[in-house]
Amino acid sequence: MTLLAVERIKLFTTRSPWWCLLTALTVTVGLAALITATAEADFPLTVEVTQFGRMFGLMVVMVMAALAITTEYRFSTIRSTFQAIPNRTAALLAKTLVVALLAMVIGELAAFGSFGIATLIQPEANLAISSAADWRLVAGTGLVYGLSAVLAVAVGVLLRQSAGAISVLMIWPLLVETLVPVIPRVGDDIAKWLPFTAVDQFLAGPTGNPPLSPWGSLAYFAGVCVVLLAAALVTANKRDA
Amino acid sequence: MTLLAVERIKLFTTRSPWWCTLIALGVTVGFAALMAGTAEADVPMTVSASQFGYGFGLVVVMVMAALAVTTEYRFSTIRATFQAIPNRSAALLAKTVVVALLAGVIGLLAAFGSWGVATMMTPDVDLAINTAFEWRAVAGVGLVYAIAAVVAVAVGILVRHSAGAISLLLIYTNLVENLVTLIPTVGPKIHQWLPFNLAHHFLTGNPDPTGRPDQFGPGLSDATVGPWPAVAIFAGFGLLMLLISLVVANRRDA
Amino acid sequence: MIEAVGLTKRYGKTLAVDNLSFTVPTGRVTGFLGPNGAGKSTTMRMILGLDAPTGGSALIDGKHYRDLHQPLRTVGALLDAKWVHPNRSARAHLQWMAKSNKINPKRVDEVLDIVGLTSVANKRAGGFSLGMSQRLGIAAALLGDPQVLLFDEPVNGLDPEGILWIRKFMHRLAEEGRTVFVSSHLLSEMALTAQELVVIGRGKLISQTSTEDFVAQATENTVRVRSPHLSALRTALGRTGVSLRDEGDSLVVTGMDCAEIGELAASTGAVLHELSPQRGSLEEAFMQLTGDSVEYHAGLAETIDLVAAGK
Ligand SMILES: Nc1ncnc2c1ncn2[C@@H]1O[C@H](COP(=O)(O)OP(=O)(O)OP(=O)(O)O)[C@@H](O)[C@H]1O
Ligand SMILES: [Mg+2]
Repeated sequence: MTLLAVERIKLFTTRSPWWCLLTALTVTVGLAALITATAEADFPLTVEVTQFGRMFGLMVVMVMAALAITTEYRFSTIRSTFQAIPNRTAALLAKTLVVALLAMVIGELAAFGSFGIATLIQPEANLAISSAADWRLVAGTGLVYGLSAVLAVAVGVLLRQSAGAISVLMIWPLLVETLVPVIPRVGDDIAKWLPFTAVDQFLAGPTGNPPLSPWGSLAYFAGVCVVLLAAALVTANKRDA
Repeated sequence: MTLLAVERIKLFTTRSPWWCTLIALGVTVGFAALMAGTAEADVPMTVSASQFGYGFGLVVVMVMAALAVTTEYRFSTIRATFQAIPNRSAALLAKTVVVALLAGVIGLLAAFGSWGVATMMTPDVDLAINTAFEWRAVAGVGLVYAIAAVVAVAVGILVRHSAGAISLLLIYTNLVENLVTLIPTVGPKIHQWLPFNLAHHFLTGNPDPTGRPDQFGPGLSDATVGPWPAVAIFAGFGLLMLLISLVVANRRDA
Repeated sequence: MIEAVGLTKRYGKTLAVDNLSFTVPTGRVTGFLGPNGAGKSTTMRMILGLDAPTGGSALIDGKHYRDLHQPLRTVGALLDAKWVHPNRSARAHLQWMAKSNKINPKRVDEVLDIVGLTSVANKRAGGFSLGMSQRLGIAAALLGDPQVLLFDEPVNGLDPEGILWIRKFMHRLAEEGRTVFVSSHLLSEMALTAQELVVIGRGKLISQTSTEDFVAQATENTVRVRSPHLSALRTALGRTGVSLRDEGDSLVVTGMDCAEIGELAASTGAVLHELSPQRGSLEEAFMQLTGDSVEYHAGLAETIDLVAAGK
């Protein structure tokens, strides 16, 4: 618990988490407002449409999570951290947990905020979160953000520098995962097992012919995150701080 | 000329441009090899298919260009630069030119490298570069990378932080432009004028009359202007950003 | 010659430099003295045209820095030794600077030699110790063989040998007829290095004098006198017009030396229990001068007491 408190203090006494929180919320909720305001008859409003900005929020959250660790390396505060808490695994796990929790809260706020603003702007659309799929789509955003933050922290620990970590974290989901299906023959088979494709299957799926159920997809994504985190912890323990 | 030489020394005496060049070439050429290796009769290799991976190199080049500026701010070498060259516009323009030239060269190497690998791996397919479209698709990559580098340098000057500049650039090019299309009614109208969509249109749009199997590629651009006006608008956008960034750099404290 | 006229810089609410005017003469080492946060670095950045003054101006030989042709040939500066890309070698750092002002590339090896970095010239600057970084910064300042040199806390982090080296070095530069402007927050250091002083506190000019005058004024002699006949002595001393101060059971006399006081005591018939000269330290004088203009009162004494008490 002490470690969690330490990491909470560290996180909230810098400005970047606040900026990221603000950006993530304004952009997702703002986009939801924009899209509901411009929606017309030939473009009916659905719960899915209100969650239009989720990928954007996800990117911001991953940037925040990666920065939480890479800035420690940049300013060498990681050394003070390991000096105060020689058990590196514990220190890094505490940080991961705090960042993931914050990410989760941001996800829920963004998702319900987007949904809420849509119902306010177009009350006659009778939007309601009723089916299991709807709940996954809205409430599930928090889970996805939380797990993605774990992934981002892991990448941050492994690469130790902001530019590299952020580039990898943006390019992978936004570019690599969209270009893989273009590869003839094998592309689609590989794409099915890409982590952020699995996220889409969980939130908005099942579409196409996914190998896993929505919850299975989320578990798969969680598995990827945990494996990366484990790799990061092993690396951090092995190398000089 | 002196200023260009200065910036050339500065750029090549750090490691990141080398890394970025290697990575950019590796991912684009590698992706072309992947495409060629998996090509088959009903999904044949084409000149444009050898360039499907240009987006990878593009983001790497933009990261490199942004870092070329933001690291100067991070390590305060920008102050040493402005101390040596008090004319900030000249110093920053020289940097932009050098970075854009490097980006252009990387683009040409990546494009012709990709094409070369594809030609070698699928010798029985005719991949000769003949039509204007094919020349644009391959050689045009250099131009697009160079302009994108100008945009990235400008964003770097404006934002000054690596993390911020890179996030902004990558989120904008790979997410925001695509998301705009989803806005009802006005979305597509706006989207066809967005800069990176126009760049994509320059490289992949307006295909030659014989047609090509574009169903197996990244989506085509929805821009309606011709390819050369498209790239002209893209270049104009880059110059506008650069101009804004120069004005800002001259106004604020180094 | 460097000339600041009504130099003012405001960062949001902080007034870092406040209507500061001074001149830095040629052929002398001029110390720029002030406590932490006084605005020394800010002033130097404004002289170099890096930060735009909110008001006033700083001129070098009558020109704004921005209007200098090939400025490194006129002004060399070491403001912060860390302004180097960590992955660039020392030589490469100097090479690009030389190139930018069309300075002969041979000069790079010359200055590396002057500061004694030849053996590590091709190593990445990020791996340098603080002392080595300072030397690299000095090499960069000397690159254009400039007439005007600015150094911001150049002895920061240097060992005694390095400090001595810099001190001699600056004297030599001044003897060669250059203008040397060097900042520090240590008066004792400046007393040994500088011939002229510009003292500031909270962004305002406190004084501009020669170091000699400043030190003389600062170390003004006082004499402590203890005597069973203090009141008689006080009357006798009072007539001579010296200034007197009571301190416990003793009298502190300013403006008369021990011999004179002793003679006066003898003629008055006063018995002396103590007659001891007191020397004010330079640091004390500096503290007195800048006392109310120190930005960060650390409560240093209390901190030391706490540490000593093991708390
Ligand atoms: N870029 C800036 N933005 C905001 N405030 C600044 C900036 N630079 C300096 N200041 C403020 O201006 C004041 C003067 O700072 P400056 O660094 O010039 O002091 P200094 O005399 O060099 O101190 P030191 O001896 O510690 O180096 C300080 O209060 C500082 O906080
Ligand atoms: Mg300072």
